[in-house]
Amino acid sequence: MANLTINGKRIIVPDGITILDAARRNDIYIPTLCDDPRLEPHGGCRLCLIQVKGMPRPVTACTTPVTEGMEIETTNEQIERQRRTIVELLLSDHPNDCMICDKAGDCTLQELAYFYDIRSNRFAGERRQYTKKDLNPFIERDMEKCILCGKCVRVCDEIQGLGAIDVAGRGFTAKVSPAFEKDLNCEFCGQCVSICPTGALMGKQSVGKGRQKDVKEVETVCTYCGCGCNVTLHVSRNEVVRVTSRPDTINEGWLCVKGRFGYSFINSPDRLTTPLIKKDGKFVPASWDEALDLIAEKLSAIKEKHGPDAIGGLSSARCTNEENYLFQKFIRAGIGTNNVDHCARY
Amino acid sequence: MTNSMAEIENNDVLFIIGSNTKENHPIVALKMIKAKRKGAKIIIADPRRVPMVRFADIWLQHKPGTDVALLNGMMHVIVKEGLIKKDFISSMTEGFDDEFRKNIDEYTPDAVSKITGVPAELIVKAARLYAGSDKAGIYYTMGITQHAHGTENVFSVANLALLTGNLGKESAGVNPLRGQNNVQGATDMGCISNSYPGYQRVTIPAIREKFEALWKVKLSEKEGLTATEMLPAAEKGVIKALYIMGENPVISDPDVAHTTKALKALDFLVVQDIFMTETAELADVVLPASSFAEKVGTFTNTERRVQRVRRAVNSPGSAMKDSLIIMELSKRMGYEMSYHHTVEIFREIGQAWPAMAGMSYARLEDGGLQWPCPTHDHPGTQFLFKGGFPRGKGRFSLVKYKQSVELTDKDYPFILTTGRQLFQYHTGSMTRRVKPINAVSPEAYVEINPEDAKRLAIVDGKQVKVSSRRGSIMVKARVSKWPNAGVIFIPFHFKEAAANVLTSSTSLDPLSKIPSFKVSAVRIEKA
Repeated sequence: MANLTINGKRIIVPDGITILDAARRNDIYIPTLCDDPRLEPHGGCRLCLIQVKGMPRPVTACTTPVTEGMEIETTNEQIERQRRTIVELLLSDHPNDCMICDKAGDCTLQELAYFYDIRSNRFAGERRQYTKKDLNPFIERDMEKCILCGKCVRVCDEIQGLGAIDVAGRGFTAKVSPAFEKDLNCEFCGQCVSICPTGALMGKQSVGKGRQKDVKEVETVCTYCGCGCNVTLHVSRNEVVRVTSRPDTINEGWLCVKGRFGYSFINSPDRLTTPLIKKDGKFVPASWDEALDLIAEKLSAIKEKHGPDAIGGLSSARCTNEENYLFQKFIRAGIGTNNVDHCARY
Repeated sequence: MTNSMAEIENNDVLFIIGSNTKENHPIVALKMIKAKRKGAKIIIADPRRVPMVRFADIWLQHKPGTDVALLNGMMHVIVKEGLIKKDFISSMTEGFDDEFRKNIDEYTPDAVSKITGVPAELIVKAARLYAGSDKAGIYYTMGITQHAHGTENVFSVANLALLTGNLGKESAGVNPLRGQNNVQGATDMGCISNSYPGYQRVTIPAIREKFEALWKVKLSEKEGLTATEMLPAAEKGVIKALYIMGENPVISDPDVAHTTKALKALDFLVVQDIFMTETAELADVVLPASSFAEKVGTFTNTERRVQRVRRAVNSPGSAMKDSLIIMELSKRMGYEMSYHHTVEIFREIGQAWPAMAGMSYARLEDGGLQWPCPTHDHPGTQFLFKGGFPRGKGRFSLVKYKQSVELTDKDYPFILTTGRQLFQYHTGSMTRRVKPINAVSPEAYVEINPEDAKRLAIVDGKQVKVSSRRGSIMVKARVSKWPNAGVIFIPFHFKEAAANVLTSSTSLDPLSKIPSFKVSAVRIEKA
């Protein structure tokens, strides 16, 4: 363990962690745009510059490990001036369209602009301008909003193990791009979307469906494979409009293409909405009472005539434990047979 | 899984056999990649060059259906080179006797190489690597189980772990990755023909009496039929009615023609689903159910973690919660099951199965709990078999390599293996209705090795005809180095070119009754 002081407060933290991590663990705020605790330290955005006593100039909190006896100052006039300038520089090359941006209210850059009260910009000048074109159906890339923090590039490489994108070009022409500036063609896990601090990367299906302040968030579990990823369903007007995941879950906030983008079946116009009874080979809508009475009558008659073992039930790995419990209880106790199984073998 | 997902990153060695983890368990794969970044070594045994192979130190490309030979071959090397964990074997296991050794003795790397097609030196290398670690995890899925000798494959996997003491501790175990969100839970809850909830056998009188007392009714003494047995029984007229909830056997079960015929032979078929599936089309009554986003309850994931499911939206139209439908039906059949809230059902599960007795919705609120969790102060179980096995000692099972039931011949010279791909899910009833997913993965394909394609003048992207002893489908060719020569792969998601037209409903594992989806003899020709 290492003893250190941050802003005069004495704290004890494990050896080897970064100053940023130490501050986070003690609820001390240091701004950052490029850091994520799940990624390797990067030191790109320079917003986390802090002063360590005895060091000649500020250092980045996200890449500097703590050492015994360190005395750290996370804020002072000089540091705040530097941070403000960094944000101002970023905003000088950013479309000023928060009014119509889907990310508004959930955007780290917007938060920082608010925090530093940046209205006018000393560095206003030429902006990078790109036409939005990406024919993939999942991820909208607006490179004008990109601040080149590199999180998307790093998550794709470090976490997803794919490396589908990288920074192409240098200086003013630098931009995040798939190989040869083609359209994105990857696993479409959307980790990049989940980690982007601005509106540069958005889920295409969510655009225009409501900003964060307008959605209700519901924590649940994904309906696809057996990993059991925790998902947050973002609901607006009885419709799931976006799926995310919290970093403090078993899946660490990461999802796959199905979990993150495969949700619109919930609201599909194909959903069955009424019981159907087949009459002369055609389905006819029926009331619940009609349908359930018919089933009970038919099953009872078959049970009466051929015994309970003439009836079988196939349950579902898609349904909950409670539903599966009830299903087998119904087949075993209600009908009287052990002919019950589900789709585990397929 | 005997271990937990979080333990994966601390494995020293990962042995992935018969699992296309990156496509089918993407988040487990991320943990494997994390382990790799931390220095772990990865061995993959798979007939296809699955995406995880990119991260592998050793890739054993064995012929479909030769897993037992491969595993016995690895054990041969481990025994011969004295890499076994003697202490573990003598204190924790039984059955590692002369007979077992004699059997293993026959599987020399050279002999195994001939059966599997894997170079002998790779078998030796993999064996040394796996046995050299005491934090080695085995990960497998349907590539191991979906065979006419699937149970024996699983025994072999267990033998390998027992031999090296890689079981019953952190980051070392035998980890089947479950393929569906609540397939673990459905099995736990007793939706299997031989067991009540919690794997308690229906044929044991004391257990039956316990459930008769809990459910206040006389119960059948006879084991039921499995899904793979119910359909043939329907065809024979033994089963007259089926109630299917949230399943689409027409597409997911082997031999579509047989499945359809069996379902049509029923006097009465009820299907409860959220969509008009291919199976629902055949029903007499279809009941509209609720999706996962519309209900309250729990799912149990592959690491035995029971987690809360919460309602986000209302069901469309007059669609009902599945639990309410079952209760209504049961009442009308004269057996009242009355619960005011799902939490009451959950409490009853705890009464039925001690391993979940310590769980409550309140305790599951934050992150869930892993069974066994017998008491309210029990923290749940991160990994299984710490300090011993439920049956006492871990048992070695003598397993001999058997050829697959369905062999290739002059007429059907290719081995077909089926599975999932990244974008689609199972029979596609959900994912094929998601527009962006269907845009990137619109249709079925057959992967064929360039060598075979050239010989048969099959061109990438062109339609081909694939036939088995059951039937034929027309499907687009994808010339790819993923499968080896002689092996083809078709994903089973697509009803227009349903892979299960080709698979067999009769070559089942004698114990588990699982179909042998991973090995069917087929012919492929230009359309």
